[in-house]
Amino acid sequence: MNVLSTVATLTASRTGRAEPLTTVRHQHLDEKPFVLVPLTLAGEACAPLAALSGTDPEHPTLLTVRQPRNRAERFRFAERLAALLLAYIDGCRTETEPYTVGRGKEKEERLRCRRAPQLLVPNGEGISYVRLLGRLTRLRATEGPYAVDQSVPTLGKWLTWFADLAEFPDSGVLLAMTRLLAANWATGQSSSEDSHLASLLAWIDPPEGSDGARAAREAEDPAVWPPAGPSTDPVFDRTLHELMTRYDEASDGRGREAVGRQIDRELSGQMLPTWRLMWRGVELLRELPEGAHVPGRWALDRRWFSEYAEYLEADGRPQARRDQAVRAARRLARLEDAVTRYEAQRAYDDPLVMAEYELTGEAFTGTVTARDGDRFIPGERPGSQVWRPTITLRTGTDVRVDLAVGTEVKSPARPGQEARILEVKREDDGGHAVVLQLKGGFARKRTPPAPPGTLAEAGEELTYTTLNPTAMPSALPDEENTPWTHGGPPQPYEPTDEDAEETWE
Amino acid sequence: MPSQQSEPPDNRLARLRGPQPPQPYTARKITALTANPACARRAVLDAAGVDKALLAQRVGYEPRFGQSPFALAREQAFHGLVKWGSYAELIRLLREQLSVPVAEAHVTDLNEVGGNTALHLRERETRRLITHVASGQDVRLILDRPVLTLEVAGQTAYLEPDALTHRIGGKFHVVLIRSFAAIDGQANPTAVAEAAKQAAVYVLALHHAFETAGLPTEQISHEFLLVCPKDFSNRPYGRLIDLRQELDALQFQLSRLRRAEDLAAQLPETATLDTARSADELSSSIEALDASYTPSCLSFCEMARYCRDEADGCASPARLGSGVRNDLPGIDSTRTALDYLDGVAAPGEAEAEAAARLRAAARLRRLRQGAA
Repeated sequence: MNVLSTVATLTASRTGRAEPLTTVRHQHLDEKPFVLVPLTLAGEACAPLAALSGTDPEHPTLLTVRQPRNRAERFRFAERLAALLLAYIDGCRTETEPYTVGRGKEKEERLRCRRAPQLLVPNGEGISYVRLLGRLTRLRATEGPYAVDQSVPTLGKWLTWFADLAEFPDSGVLLAMTRLLAANWATGQSSSEDSHLASLLAWIDPPEGSDGARAAREAEDPAVWPPAGPSTDPVFDRTLHELMTRYDEASDGRGREAVGRQIDRELSGQMLPTWRLMWRGVELLRELPEGAHVPGRWALDRRWFSEYAEYLEADGRPQARRDQAVRAARRLARLEDAVTRYEAQRAYDDPLVMAEYELTGEAFTGTVTARDGDRFIPGERPGSQVWRPTITLRTGTDVRVDLAVGTEVKSPARPGQEARILEVKREDDGGHAVVLQLKGGFARKRTPPAPPGTLAEAGEELTYTTLNPTAMPSALPDEENTPWTHGGPPQPYEPTDEDAEETWE
Repeated sequence: MPSQQSEPPDNRLARLRGPQPPQPYTARKITALTANPACARRAVLDAAGVDKALLAQRVGYEPRFGQSPFALAREQAFHGLVKWGSYAELIRLLREQLSVPVAEAHVTDLNEVGGNTALHLRERETRRLITHVASGQDVRLILDRPVLTLEVAGQTAYLEPDALTHRIGGKFHVVLIRSFAAIDGQANPTAVAEAAKQAAVYVLALHHAFETAGLPTEQISHEFLLVCPKDFSNRPYGRLIDLRQELDALQFQLSRLRRAEDLAAQLPETATLDTARSADELSSSIEALDASYTPSCLSFCEMARYCRDEADGCASPARLGSGVRNDLPGIDSTRTALDYLDGVAAPGEAEAEAAARLRAAARLRRLRQGAA
């Protein structure tokens, strides 16, 4: 929460409509996302009850488990979900494109898929469900006692892959609709109320003739809008419990099938409203333009996807129950880098996000009042001269400039150009004059004149910030070169018989 | 459940509740109270033993907490499993997972005393047993569902932990049996935190029992044993969890709770919380008690939706979450904050800084939104 979103929340609470928090969308939204609306049985760690899933908003596929305590039925659910999801994943692998990694001698050309799967679930609990279902299915054996279909452990590995990447803010392979929407809009209610999909969408897209505040309250009634899952409404559970008892006690196959179909209908009725909300959310998000860094981040997701798909074909061992220390440390470092880079990229892509940093003094905006395009200063070698033009920025009267002389800054307008603050002078009217020394970003030229467009013109409005989306990530040695002090290279996890036989009661 | 909450003859709280039977204090209620110690409304309702769910319903807010029959069945099944065969599974767990040398397996069932389930009898029997075991005159591996007491806001609460054992490291440990799963040794952190808070209530009550009996409290562990199903199975899994932080927090919060009787004394003489009375009478009495609504109330308090509408009515900044509230220091209404933003009202000296920050943010928001 920052002051800008507080102002947006206050405004929304007055108007009864959600207020935008961004000017662009910072997440990739695929042309063909796979939407999954799951339900689980209350009280159990992970007992799938039902799901609506698929890529076609008009034709969701209904999966139900009429007897969730039955182990075989649960694995049948996993098989059917695998058939849908694995086909979708395979569909993403049909076309590839070349790309290069590394620099200089280590430069290498590789192939990556043109598409990657994108899984959309209603809320944060949906992501936890994907992780749990993945944990439950990936370690199963496909032969011996308790054998399951081959697709079940494959589904588990993919679901775990999705859930692992979902922790990275710069990844878009598994996203929760409530988080996506709340990142782009502020409502006039609290964030815990925003985790209710129907209520959040009521603020953003109120039904005709109603205002968001009122519609959001009405949407909270589970009788009108069933919860978006995976937990079910306890009142609905009573109905379900009765039906399941009747299903168990049915005297003949025909009677049982009739009750079974009724169970399916009831479950479908609980999920359909959420299914529609999911696609309404997709529509609303598609209306937002995409941020400039989004395709780059999605390209990275496509690379991870291609690499994991190749790994599964070549090796295929499942992810361990728990990360080893080395893997965990590496993952944490990557996560921290990803957060920093994502925050910086977001600010560069979106003036409304940058405004947060302007308020905290990590960025400032001003108009160019003067420039010196022919300035040279002594270089590092004795007697040498290097070309370092300067520009002077004049800020508004109420802008705070807390950055000290010597600070390295950059502008989203010319991200390839480094700038250093040479002087900050407070003017009589309260505004500041900031002198910046520029380095690089002149289309490889080392002497004046600056190529057109590379040096800011007088009158141009520019924002400079300490954020840097291209900052180098922290370097850790390769996994194979883990020193013996850290346990040596980590061994991949081998599933045991115990894993395969794990009960699922 | 019948309750034997002790009550002095002229009790304002009992009169407020009217002829309805009092609802007992539970560990869950105490943790809820300490989660929001500034809430006088909840403090008085709980101390008076009012049925909050019924009260909320009477004033037009059907509470949306219900337990699913599936969850209930699972919970009962797991409890049954742990306790089956004189706690065979728990004893196995103590031996295997906590390497406790269990020589004898003497379990005393305190669910009843000689066929009587009265709380005060069970409490007396619990105290007697604890005194015997603590002073070494007797041995018990497990006390099943003992009864302890704790003073909360001037009222005596009777508490029933799932079990007590004193065999881990020679100290008394509170045992909690929960049906949320620990998957690969990790359980849902929210659920564990809630269990830990409740365990802290029991440990504090145990301290109280020791002090009353003049026993050394060093015999009480600051850890509790959490028993929950392992992975996706029904097999019990247990771990000791440190409670020192929860205990400190709980003691601090309990000391901050104002005596519910003092709070109730400020109500007008005509006030009533008797759920048989009319909705209007009830509403005006509830209104006379100050609530301290925050969005987190929605997850545990039956009255929350009533309080939320009230908070909406007076535009309380806290209803929008702590982020908004922290950005509006000294400003007690979002309407006032909006007036400062619009420039139709001038902030006082105390609010000037916050108002200026808001104005700067609003200005920048307008500028940058237009820039795109």
